[in-house]
Amino acid sequence: MKVSLKWLEQYVDIDLSPAELADKLTMAGTEVKGWQAIGGDWENIVVGQIVAINPHPNADRLTLPAVDLGTEQLTVVCGAPNLKVGIKVAFARVGANLIDGHSGKAIKLETAKIRGVSSSGMVCSEKELGISDSHQGIMVLAAEAKVGTPLADFMGDVIFDLDVTPNRPDCLSVVGIAREVAALTGQKVHLPDAGCDEKGAPIEQQIAVEITAPDLCPRYSASLITGVKIAPSPRWLQQRLLAGGMRPISNVVDITNFVMLEYGEPLHAFDYKQIRGKKIIVRRAEEGEALVTLDGTKRLLSHDMLVIADAERAVAVAGVMGGADSEMTGGTTDIVLEAASFNPASIYQTGYDLGLPSEARMRFERGISPELTIPALRRATRLIIDLAGGKAAKGIVDVYPGKREPEPILLSKSELKRLLGVEFSLEQIRGALISLGCDCQAAKWASEIRVIAPPWRSDISLAEDLVEEVARVIGYDRIPVTMPGGAVPQQNPAPILGFKEEVRRDLAGYGFYEVVTYSLTGLDLLEKLLPEAHPLEPEPLRVLRPMTAEQEYLRPNLRANLLVALEANRRHEEGGIRLFELGRVYHRRPNDLPDEPEMLCALLAGPRFDQSWHGGNGPVDFFDAKGVVEGLLSRLGIEADFKQGSDESLNPAQQAAVVVGGKRVGVVGELHRKVTDAFDLAEKVYLLEINLAGLLPFTLEHKLFQPISRFPAVVRDIALVVDAGVTHRQVTDIISGFPLVRRVALFDLYTGGKLTAGKKSLAYRITFQSPSQTLTDEAANKVQQKIIDKLAKELGATLRG
Amino acid sequence: MLKQLEELKSNALKELEAVSQAKDLEAWRVRYLGKKSQLTGVLRGLTKLPIEERKQVGALANRIKAGLEENLEQKSRLLKQAGLAATGEGVDITLPGRPYPTGRLHPLTQTIAEICDIFASMGFQVVEGPEVEWDYYNFEALNIPRHHPARDSMATLWVDAENEKGEKNMLLRTHTTAVDTRVMEQQSPPIRVVMPGKVYRYEASDATHVPMFHQIDGLAVDKNITMADLKGTLYEFARRFFGEDRKVRFRCDYFPFVEPGVEMAIECRVCHGAGCRLCGNSGWIEVLGAGMTHPRVLERSGVDPREYTSFAFGMGIDRLPMLRYGIDDIRLLYGSDLRFLRQF
Repeated sequence: MKVSLKWLEQYVDIDLSPAELADKLTMAGTEVKGWQAIGGDWENIVVGQIVAINPHPNADRLTLPAVDLGTEQLTVVCGAPNLKVGIKVAFARVGANLIDGHSGKAIKLETAKIRGVSSSGMVCSEKELGISDSHQGIMVLAAEAKVGTPLADFMGDVIFDLDVTPNRPDCLSVVGIAREVAALTGQKVHLPDAGCDEKGAPIEQQIAVEITAPDLCPRYSASLITGVKIAPSPRWLQQRLLAGGMRPISNVVDITNFVMLEYGEPLHAFDYKQIRGKKIIVRRAEEGEALVTLDGTKRLLSHDMLVIADAERAVAVAGVMGGADSEMTGGTTDIVLEAASFNPASIYQTGYDLGLPSEARMRFERGISPELTIPALRRATRLIIDLAGGKAAKGIVDVYPGKREPEPILLSKSELKRLLGVEFSLEQIRGALISLGCDCQAAKWASEIRVIAPPWRSDISLAEDLVEEVARVIGYDRIPVTMPGGAVPQQNPAPILGFKEEVRRDLAGYGFYEVVTYSLTGLDLLEKLLPEAHPLEPEPLRVLRPMTAEQEYLRPNLRANLLVALEANRRHEEGGIRLFELGRVYHRRPNDLPDEPEMLCALLAGPRFDQSWHGGNGPVDFFDAKGVVEGLLSRLGIEADFKQGSDESLNPAQQAAVVVGGKRVGVVGELHRKVTDAFDLAEKVYLLEINLAGLLPFTLEHKLFQPISRFPAVVRDIALVVDAGVTHRQVTDIISGFPLVRRVALFDLYTGGKLTAGKKSLAYRITFQSPSQTLTDEAANKVQQKIIDKLAKELGATLRG
Repeated sequence: MLKQLEELKSNALKELEAVSQAKDLEAWRVRYLGKKSQLTGVLRGLTKLPIEERKQVGALANRIKAGLEENLEQKSRLLKQAGLAATGEGVDITLPGRPYPTGRLHPLTQTIAEICDIFASMGFQVVEGPEVEWDYYNFEALNIPRHHPARDSMATLWVDAENEKGEKNMLLRTHTTAVDTRVMEQQSPPIRVVMPGKVYRYEASDATHVPMFHQIDGLAVDKNITMADLKGTLYEFARRFFGEDRKVRFRCDYFPFVEPGVEMAIECRVCHGAGCRLCGNSGWIEVLGAGMTHPRVLERSGVDPREYTSFAFGMGIDRLPMLRYGIDDIRLLYGSDLRFLRQF
């Protein structure tokens, strides 16, 4: 909200600089986002009065006004069409900083000769003063401006831009801010005199009010003024509205808006002659009832919405927008002025459903106090009589079904200490609360007080609320700095947390860069993962009202986003790319929140090493990806089985399911050619994916130390020839099954050459070791022979000659 | 005598510098450190000097001797290395090593780890909660009923799924504060936790907004937790994360789930409080919201507010690396661009 310092000063004395005031308000909860000084640079500009206008000897369009500046009289050259003798103007002396009326640039005024006549000064337009873009003529000041006073003193101002928190609707008003300033600076608020002569007939004879939905309208107050004359409002009033960001319309409407900005209570003026049956009924709308609102739009209403109606039809959507039928027009003479209190939730929903934001709605949905209606109504009635004429009916109609007696709140010194950690005296506490308008009474105990919050503070209902009030008035900087005492709670961190960190660090160690991508993704992208199109099963979770089609679904995997990242990087990266993401994927569960397992997904593409003089920069292959999985698992002490995989997004010939303890926990393989094509990748891409949530239990198994054998090992190499279909795993399963075999390592794989077609050669290094004795050659030979026999028998293996 | 010794030293070092072969080095050694060298002579003749002079000369001569011996050893090592290089056994140590691929953790991961470490050292345990959440935990339990204006400031992405009653009240959590109630339902006081994670808003992307970002919330519940403790905890965090001499500001602010409420800001690093573009002319950069947990929030979570007090805080994470490294566009964090990621 924008608040003018000049306006504020009408209600509270301020002897702080704008910066100090901004700091006080900000620290106490109403943030001043910024402020703008109007006239801060108006040096050498004063109020002048035109005392004569002489023609320019050499130019028809120019004149030579003589300006009285109090101490002296100057004649300058002027081209403005609206000069008149007697008007007050803003006069810039030589040296003043102005905006050039034509170029818009900042200039410093100098003595100039215009068509042969010297001019030492200037009568200014609004544009030249930087107030507006108006440069049609010079700015005419109000008659009360005193000749000779600096212009900044007459119409300079500071406009504060405030960020009012949602709990403080009372601060959406100048009076509300004045109350804050008063409390924070030890001043008193002085409100304008709002009494007025009620010369008309008693109001009860002219209008009746009935509330049939008291749950949605706790209070409805109205006044009535007859014989007003609709006209533009005076300049000062228009300026207040403009400074508050509102557009002036006509005097009565402007006054309702002015009082809303001043007191925070939205008011609405109806044309009395359009109120049929001279009756106002506050009721729920009929289902399907329609109303044309002020903006000319026909609104379809529902039974949840509250309307203001007359005897026959709705005339306004309560608290949100008035109806066109009962609107003020130039011919309006009699008006009903409404000040009411509405249910905030209902206003919120109605405003939301109708898509109607408004200043009134914003205040109502924050829950302004029903106690505000009468003061605001009186103030507006008085202003209307003063500025638009007419006479007020005697009295005010006030229907108040929601009236509640203020609830006293007990506040003790110890409660403050308990929450704030600092002890304030009862005097300090009382002083702070009274400065805010609270009523403080003695309570049963000497260390307590009974507090009644001021009627405008609808946000205070608990002792905790009062604690905040005391703390912010005394100052948050008075709260000491301590550390929580007491025992440190037991720590039981979820194992997945440390596990995720370990995996991340490992992956970075294997040369992968971590990326973080959006959890929301598009169906198009997910479908690119399917070499053959088919509906996604199960269907990923969708968000209602997605922002874009690319952010419509919760990702069921990390692959799609990673492939996009790979493709985007490939546009500027020539070398190898290794990326990984560790994050959640989302799988729907019936009538429940989705499962959100933590997944790891990584991609490898391009050369294995960067180009270098060491060579070895061939492209990565399946075994690079598999090596990462093996390395990761081996460090975690987990042994995995790699089984033939069936992942449709991967090349069927180069993929393996990662199986641990009989459970599939991941997959490794080459992306299907159709998938890389779909993602515009013209290279082989390898993927590894591990469900960390699934793998986690296996990392928690208790490990036992294996004693290190003191006895020497015997190492033997054997080269086998087997059918090409025999797997490495079949061979090592047999070898490892024998006693004394400590380790088996494949060190050569060979096909072709002298080997018969359909055969391959596998060379293994076997390490034999006994935990209890030195192994003799004979003992090792014996086992080795048994191994060879079994390999021959079961796999048809022969020794290579 | 002293002057002579100094001269001797500088001559010796000059000659040593010029030595380029092992045999010349030996000759040098004999000349300056050998049995018949001048230095040895001086040391031997010390007894003949008057006691005062003896002390001074002796000390200097010994110092020079030790110095020359050290220089000799160093030179001898250098000559040996040069010899190896010449025979082909040495390597050109300026050649690049084998290019093992290097990877890195995302700056957000690094930041989250750093924050969690700081709070862990103050006894706060890391806890995570679901990203897809019920309206209840994200709003209702936190004192943000339907129609509360605070909901407007957190544009929500709702999920197209129903609960058991057929209501569509599932959402992408808008803040990690949603985990607070879950923690209090599962643990009994004393509680000290921090809750990092992803949060979501219905917001179009630009340089300062993205639909998904990261937050960390903190919660402490105990018998004597006060706002002074909150201040102490957050000041300690700020000191360790932002540095010893960054000024910190603690001001009143409003969040529905705390009372009293607090906003903490740090002094702008660019202008040091004078006001600049980065801090929107305020001189301060808002870092987090906090306060004493609202009694209604405690009650709903099964904690008796008459017995226990509690503080809570919540902080956006993405801005922290942005401030620290001067990153001017939040979308870079989610862009997966290696040219960006390599810098952290």
